[in-house]
Amino acid sequence: MQTPTYLAAELRLPTNGLDYTILAIYFAVVLGIGFAARRSVKTSLDFFLSGRSLPAWITGLAFISANLAATEIMGMAANSAQYGAYTVHWYWIGAIPAMVFLGLVMMPFYYGSKVRSVPEFLLLRFDRGAHLLSSILFAFAAILISGVNLYALAIVVEALLGWPQWVAIVVAGFFVLAYITLGGLSSAIYNEVLQFFVILAALIPIVALSLKKVGGWDGLTDKLTAEHGANFTTAWGGTGIGSPNPLGANWLTIVLGLGFVLSFGYWTTNFAEVQRALSAKNLSAAQRTPLIAAFPKIFIVFLVMIPGLAAAALVPKIGTSGSDLQYNDAIPYLMQELLPNGVLGIAVTGLLAAFMAGMAANVSSFNTVFTNDIWSRYVVKGREDSYYVRFGRIITAIGVLASIGTAFLASSFSNIMAYLQTLFSFFNVPMFVVFIVGMFWKRASMKSGFWGLLAGTTAAMVNYFVLYKQGIVDIPSDQGANFVSAIAGFVAGAVVMFVVSLFTKPRTEEQLQGLVYGTLPQTSSGGTPIPGMSEPPAAGDDAWYRRPALLGWSAIVLAALCYIPFSL
Amino acid sequence: MADNPGTPENSGYSGFSEHSEHSEYSEQDVLREVSELEQKSATAARIFDLRRIIGGLFVLYGVIVTIAGLTASDAAIHKAVGVNINLWTGIGMLLLGVFFLVWMKLRPPAPPPVEELLEERKQAE
Repeated sequence: MQTPTYLAAELRLPTNGLDYTILAIYFAVVLGIGFAARRSVKTSLDFFLSGRSLPAWITGLAFISANLAATEIMGMAANSAQYGAYTVHWYWIGAIPAMVFLGLVMMPFYYGSKVRSVPEFLLLRFDRGAHLLSSILFAFAAILISGVNLYALAIVVEALLGWPQWVAIVVAGFFVLAYITLGGLSSAIYNEVLQFFVILAALIPIVALSLKKVGGWDGLTDKLTAEHGANFTTAWGGTGIGSPNPLGANWLTIVLGLGFVLSFGYWTTNFAEVQRALSAKNLSAAQRTPLIAAFPKIFIVFLVMIPGLAAAALVPKIGTSGSDLQYNDAIPYLMQELLPNGVLGIAVTGLLAAFMAGMAANVSSFNTVFTNDIWSRYVVKGREDSYYVRFGRIITAIGVLASIGTAFLASSFSNIMAYLQTLFSFFNVPMFVVFIVGMFWKRASMKSGFWGLLAGTTAAMVNYFVLYKQGIVDIPSDQGANFVSAIAGFVAGAVVMFVVSLFTKPRTEEQLQGLVYGTLPQTSSGGTPIPGMSEPPAAGDDAWYRRPALLGWSAIVLAALCYIPFSL
Repeated sequence: MADNPGTPENSGYSGFSEHSEHSEYSEQDVLREVSELEQKSATAARIFDLRRIIGGLFVLYGVIVTIAGLTASDAAIHKAVGVNINLWTGIGMLLLGVFFLVWMKLRPPAPPPVEELLEERKQAE
């Protein structure tokens, strides 16, 4: 792949004392939140799930923030510089439908069953085999992804600020470790919400100035059309089956691979995301968590795509041998070119904050799964609650140390975003198939969960390492290969679950109450009350603008409307 | 906790509690365990209001960046394609900070539920 993750060495930013003051204030606030949140940690539920008590706007913004890590910002800008406006697919078809589905359809089962993690749901729906396998796979993936963030942070900080890589790793690792150990998930979530606003404050000036520089949107599209052809600024141009395009994917693999399998796998079963919704204070707030997040998600694409496109217009040879700049340099290049001290400090702070939040989301979900699903269930059972809080703090430290180790693994991949999607196709997609079959098909047997998960993971890995890497099947790009791995993992998992279910025994009807679609009694208003949670709606939750269905469908319609100008 | 009346007693679910003969972990175990923890949870009562932090940080950042904008050199403005970007960003951040502080003023956080206060007093004794 032609996008090495390292940045061009001459991108050193002209930071001064003002910028460092802004950065230092941020680090102080991050630690302060950790110390202040410490008071609220009394039980393991407080430490791992914020006591299931946070309001929807906080969990919703944390939900989007956990996704809006710096790898996403730099990676999607790189994607735009390289592939053009195809980037919108990762947002409008690759995120919104799945987020709405999570909020409207899946959340009543997740939140209503009171599970503390995604693997715990599999324990209830299937058996210990599926639970243990999914817990281990998730813990493993979380540490790998956390390492990606740490590695990316180190190389960016080295290029932009001139800090040695180990300094950046130790500083970032220390702060993440400190605030999660102190305040648990509340501290991670509060910092994520804060970081969301800092990132907006960092990206909006870059977008405004880069648009001005290239002569507005019209100037941008004119320049790009002249350089790269008309398809570069459209969403679907050149994606007909059999017609070559730089993405190496056609509309069918985009819709099925990205829009359905990868996206649903990531948004609906990745515990680093779902955990934010599970910490909401009631079912209504939990349902609204991904729906509130969907609205910023629709528009964030402009904040990352426009800098990428502008960089491609300003440096026509970006990413090729004709320029020193790589695709990943798009945002740092614009920061260096356009931002004066002051806003530059905000932008640097935003990037660092985003790296730390991406890492923290994974570490805080890792410690929850490791403690609740692996340690307390299979290793040291039945101890008092405070023991598991202590253990959670220790495993957080171990998770951060392990992330430092996996940071070096990430260095062998050339495109950060492609590496992440590869990991998702291995770990999230098989989890998703087991989930979706288990949630919608009563007959799926206890044993089928384990075998489906195993088959899906194996199939995705075989497609990637054997069929694609050995060149047995010809797929033009890493991203295209990820889409195919995702589809392969999904199909293999589904087929194996079906076959195993035919030969093994299902759970009884009452064991599936509240876990399988159709087992929850429907009320006349169309709402879905949950067994064990016959809660009356909290005051104000019946307001029209808080209705999950309205929020969800508005997001879908808005995303569809956004496609129109990019499809004509 | 007031928000979560889903304890096993009032869940209307106790009819199914005969699952202990299964070696598998059952849904009732999770419901019971998590409901008990929810009763003891302290987050709702003790967590501070995030709006104060966001408001405070953005007012501070807004002031710093606005000042940088008011004293901006020609070189800084020239670099930013002729826009005094520090000034505009500073004002924007200031407004966002003020928005959060005003929101908190208009809708102050709910006081901790009575049970929590009673329990704290009990623990103190």
